[in-house]
Amino acid sequence: MMPGADDLTALWITLKLAALTTLILLLLGTPLAWWLARSRWRGRFLVEAVVALPLVLPPTVLGFYLLVALGPHGPLGGLMRALGGEPLAFTFNGLVIGSVIYSLPFVVQPLQAAFSAIGARPLEVAATLGASPLDRFVTVALPQARAGFVTAAVLGFAHTLGEFGVVLMIGGNIPGRTQVISIAIYDHVEALEYGQAHWLSGGLLLLSFLLLMGVYALNRRFSVARP
Amino acid sequence: MSVEIDLRLSRGAFRLQVDARLPGQGISAVFGPSGCGKTSLLRAIAGLEPAAQGDLRVNGELWQGAGRFLPPHRRAVGYVFQQPSLFDHLGVRGNLEYGLRRVPVARRRVTLEQAVELMGIGHLLHRRAQNLSGGEQQRVAIARALAVSPSLLLLDEPLAALDEPRKQAILPCLQDLHRELGIPVLYVSHTRSELVRLADRLLLLDQGRVQALGPLDELFARLDLPLAQAPDSAAVIEARMVARDERYGLNRLQFSGGLLEVAGDALPVGETRRLQVLARDVSVTLEQPRQTSILNVFPALIEEQVGHGSAQVMLRLRLGDSRLLSRVTRKSAETLGLQPGRRVYAQVKSVALVA
Repeated sequence: MMPGADDLTALWITLKLAALTTLILLLLGTPLAWWLARSRWRGRFLVEAVVALPLVLPPTVLGFYLLVALGPHGPLGGLMRALGGEPLAFTFNGLVIGSVIYSLPFVVQPLQAAFSAIGARPLEVAATLGASPLDRFVTVALPQARAGFVTAAVLGFAHTLGEFGVVLMIGGNIPGRTQVISIAIYDHVEALEYGQAHWLSGGLLLLSFLLLMGVYALNRRFSVARP
Repeated sequence: MSVEIDLRLSRGAFRLQVDARLPGQGISAVFGPSGCGKTSLLRAIAGLEPAAQGDLRVNGELWQGAGRFLPPHRRAVGYVFQQPSLFDHLGVRGNLEYGLRRVPVARRRVTLEQAVELMGIGHLLHRRAQNLSGGEQQRVAIARALAVSPSLLLLDEPLAALDEPRKQAILPCLQDLHRELGIPVLYVSHTRSELVRLADRLLLLDQGRVQALGPLDELFARLDLPLAQAPDSAAVIEARMVARDERYGLNRLQFSGGLLEVAGDALPVGETRRLQVLARDVSVTLEQPRQTSILNVFPALIEEQVGHGSAQVMLRLRLGDSRLLSRVTRKSAETLGLQPGRRVYAQVKSVALVA
């Protein structure tokens, strides 16, 4: 059996969710990772632990707290309602918020490692050559951390792609609105529609493999700089 | 034109406290044992140590003091680190232009071409930074620092990571750059041969404090400084080439104490060269030696004398306006009755041309 229209919609929602999540994470994660890599604040480990939490928490635990927060009586959902919007639970926007939190370490950690690996010296050199702090960040730190950015973007994207537990908790499973591909596969298996499940699973497997292959190929090229 | 330093910096148990005024030209070497604060001093001058307190004025411009702290990117400083630290995401040309592009056109005094030519790296411009050898990388790093037209060039042991042939290849470039560009240079080193070759002036540091500051030849001949206590302690004199003796392959060089005959390739007449005379190569006699294989014998006055270990004595001799060191055994010194004020003859066994 070939995948149906609902499956294609689920694929589209999944890709949209992953792309949006990755974009937001790169924008938020870059300054956070830079700060974590450069800060000498003694309490830094607290922030690092919070960032790493989604790695170890069961997705259902994270999803449960998000459901409570995003629901009509939760702080974020209530705020949205007070502003005249719809509550965030069971919406695509809610999924984006959940995914951003869920995939946070997959973006922040490679970026932090890449920034740390640069060390202080290239930035000091840039300073003595007349570059202001922002200038140094843009012209030295960002280009020297580019391999970290590729890794972070692909890991963030791929990890969001495979998300299941958190989405199920806060998005429900509304076909056409919040049903993502991993949940569509689950539904097909439940309904003993193994043909569709094969198509979607195989597709996801191939996509993930191609993405990761791309990262490793790019990183190999990046280790040799441009002339 | 001068560099006025009055800086303090504490890091853990280490305290740096340097109060020194250097002229705004020539090469001043910062010399001292490891951990004496040489690198910290340079970093503080460049503004890389935000915790540094005190005043710093370079060529009349206040870099630090009176509640003001100019950040490093606002100081007209060229800094070369011990490791070349080229940007590996840029090519050689990209590295050279990085600083240059950030200098306002009106303030540019050194062109990229000048910097490239001085360091002899024209053939490297299109190469990738990380494909260069260590020596080539350091040349590019020095040219990159020059290209920002600095008011002060800080070199932190730029040759330390290089092997001897590469060192010898870069040293003439460093001599040229200070002659051609007239930029004052602070040069950190713990290699005496580099000092003798390059420095006009020494700033001796010991445990974060200034031990002595003055012309190189004066400090080398001071018996109270650790320089004279080293096994290879030497005096440095300047001499002018006056004539060539082709028959014996000797150069005749005039210095204030007399005429030196030095074996070696012919030098251009009229040129002034720096000579190094090791203390162990100078012996003294009370009477003028008549039949000796040593060519260079000069009347001299013992100015000062200190013990050197248990068996030896270090003498400082004055010949005209020049000073030589002589290391003799304590037994000889007592037998000959050597003491300050005594007139002797200095026999110079060997002289090295250094620059």
